[in-house]
Amino acid sequence: MRKSWWKILAVVLLVYTFTAGFLIKVPNIGNLKETIRNLFFHVPMWFGQIVLLTISLIYSILYLRNPNLKHDIYAAAFAKTGIVMGVLGLVTGSIWATYTWGEPWSNDPKQIGVAIALLIYFAYLVLRNAVPDIDKRAKVSAVYNIFAYFIYLPLIMILPRLVESLHPGGKGVQGNPGLNGADLDATMRLVFWPAVIGWTLLGTWISTLNIRINLIQDKNLINAE
Amino acid sequence: MLKTVFALLKKDLLLELRQQHSFYGILLYVASTIFVLYLSLNNPEADVWNALFWIIQLFVCVNAVAKSFLQESRGRMLYFYSIAGAREFIIAKLIYNIILMLLMSLMSLGLFFLLLKNPLTNPFQFVGIVCMGSISLSLVFTLLAAIAAKAQQNAALMAILGFPLIVPQLLLIIRLSKVAFGEMFRDGALLNLTLLIIGFDIMVLVLSIILFPFLWKD
Repeated sequence: MRKSWWKILAVVLLVYTFTAGFLIKVPNIGNLKETIRNLFFHVPMWFGQIVLLTISLIYSILYLRNPNLKHDIYAAAFAKTGIVMGVLGLVTGSIWATYTWGEPWSNDPKQIGVAIALLIYFAYLVLRNAVPDIDKRAKVSAVYNIFAYFIYLPLIMILPRLVESLHPGGKGVQGNPGLNGADLDATMRLVFWPAVIGWTLLGTWISTLNIRINLIQDKNLINAE
Repeated sequence: MLKTVFALLKKDLLLELRQQHSFYGILLYVASTIFVLYLSLNNPEADVWNALFWIIQLFVCVNAVAKSFLQESRGRMLYFYSIAGAREFIIAKLIYNIILMLLMSLMSLGLFFLLLKNPLTNPFQFVGIVCMGSISLSLVFTLLAAIAAKAQQNAALMAILGFPLIVPQLLLIIRLSKVAFGEMFRDGALLNLTLLIIGFDIMVLVLSIILFPFLWKD
């Protein structure tokens, strides 16, 4: 019970997101209409993705400092869940875009950015599968993971500020990579931030399940060290 | 340290001069690609010209840089390990790849002028941008070549790993190149883009120097 409080919190927050998210009164802005509720599902995916990929980065750094196979399993699991959240974010975004921008894909800089991000992390998975030797795989993929993260982060932080985007937040110095928190309606904020935390916790939970399976599968290898 | 870097660099350059087949091989690759382009589209528009130029640089870079680590046998790596540190080794490789890529880029630029006309309004500026772009490309692909070599894979894996990673820089460079075609930029945007590309280069350089020692140890 003591260890699973955050899992309960994740469930509570997500139940809250799904009920309050569909029931609260939302402001009527332009052609957004009721689709604005997608904010509680689409945007938290990206927050979750960044958090999970950052955790993956930390475990990759840990692996390089102390070559323990456990760190590699952690890094891979968090990266995989990050990819899943990225795909979900892309899908929810495309659905949203179909109804507001008129088409699912309109070469918006943020769409391009996340498409590149997914390609980068798919390449990470390809690399992991390409190396049969376990220790070598762990080392090589840790190096690639760190390299990829430091290219990915500037990409999504800088690129949206340079070019015009259909996303909210404008462009130029105000071209916020996420969305401008101050623009958010007060009642929506009450659902939005719990949703962010809820989805991120769910992503972590999924990752830990994956890690536990992998730890059992590779039990002999880890104990052998 | 500087002496070791210089010695390793000299060894790579000497090797290149003595085994000229690989250099001419890449040169032939560049020339035949551009010749195919010439046959398939005569006199392309400025935008197409720009995009094609950089895509070809990308492929040239993969081919030119890939062999920098793949050519080193296991035994020879062990020998380098005993006489030089990992940092010196990667710095020498980075410099060597930059020189190689600069040569290739400038030659392919010449071939582009020769075969695909010259839509540039400011060729000298473009030459500068080409130098900057080829430095960026070779920096990113050097570490990836090391990763691919460590994974005991061929250049195909390097392309898979590298293409998504190079996209941000490639987009920035293609955007910057448009200035040489006479496109007007906002005040300060040009400087911003240039600084951004240089910033990326420095970051990749630092990451390469930090991360390579981990790959090198076995």
